[in-house]
Amino acid sequence: MTTTTYPKVYLYRRIVRAKLFIDNNYSENIDLNNIADEAFFSKFHFIRQFKKIYGKTPHQYLIVVRIEKAMELLRTDIPVSEVCYAVGFESLGSFSGLFKRIVGLTPSAYLLHQQQIKAQILKAPLNFIPGCFAEKKGWKKKSNFEEIGH
Amino acid sequence: MSHVSIYVLSQDSAYEFYVNKLGFKVHTDAPMGEGMRWLTVTPPDQPDLEITLMPISEGMMFTKETAATMKELVKKGTFGFGVFECKDIFATYEELKAKGVEFTKEPKKEFYGVEALFKDDSGNWFSLGQKQ
Repeated sequence: MTTTTYPKVYLYRRIVRAKLFIDNNYSENIDLNNIADEAFFSKFHFIRQFKKIYGKTPHQYLIVVRIEKAMELLRTDIPVSEVCYAVGFESLGSFSGLFKRIVGLTPSAYLLHQQQIKAQILKAPLNFIPGCFAEKKGWKKKSNFEEIGH
Repeated sequence: MSHVSIYVLSQDSAYEFYVNKLGFKVHTDAPMGEGMRWLTVTPPDQPDLEITLMPISEGMMFTKETAATMKELVKKGTFGFGVFECKDIFATYEELKAKGVEFTKEPKKEFYGVEALFKDDSGNWFSLGQKQ
């Protein structure tokens, strides 16, 4: 492969590094000023460039990452209060409020909903799979799935 | 279209690649018994298109011999399965490269737009483009 030919590669690398820093350290008490420093930008310039690439300010992006990780953890049945601190929020109130604003459900309603989906998948996995695949794979013929249609 | 399949050598390794490197979301991960697993992921901004990460195994469309041949072909990088579009190809390229994704072509301006090529963990290749 030839050497990098696209413009402003140094700038992209710094912003991407900052984004990956957020991805990897969202659970910590991140000071976004430090990220700007690490990226060798003035805070204003850093926020502007970050938003241009990712469509969100670093602060907005950090919140989205935390909420997405929270959704992941809730899907594995971890209690809401534990999830809140595990993804870097310091208060249950602000976690629940932001979660509801972004996801449309409170964390506990989301947890319950995911538990119901999981129970349905276990009970009737074929409802989640296109019939043709199940047929071809012989899953429909298996005795443990036969009850599904009844 | 609701589902599209990508043949992979290992579902565990494909999960790591598509979810943890490309940032795709798991749509359905259902154990089907006897070690079989129905695993679909969706691109982050396209939650309605389920990509089935389909292990190459004997018994579905493949005979034992065909499955072995298919595995070899996938490994060799015979199949290009599609184009993914992102908002900023240079940023996506830098990020995926930092995560260890193998690119066979870095972003380059072509007459149809900027394009890069990368491989998944099995050997399937994809074009990466940028939304105009």
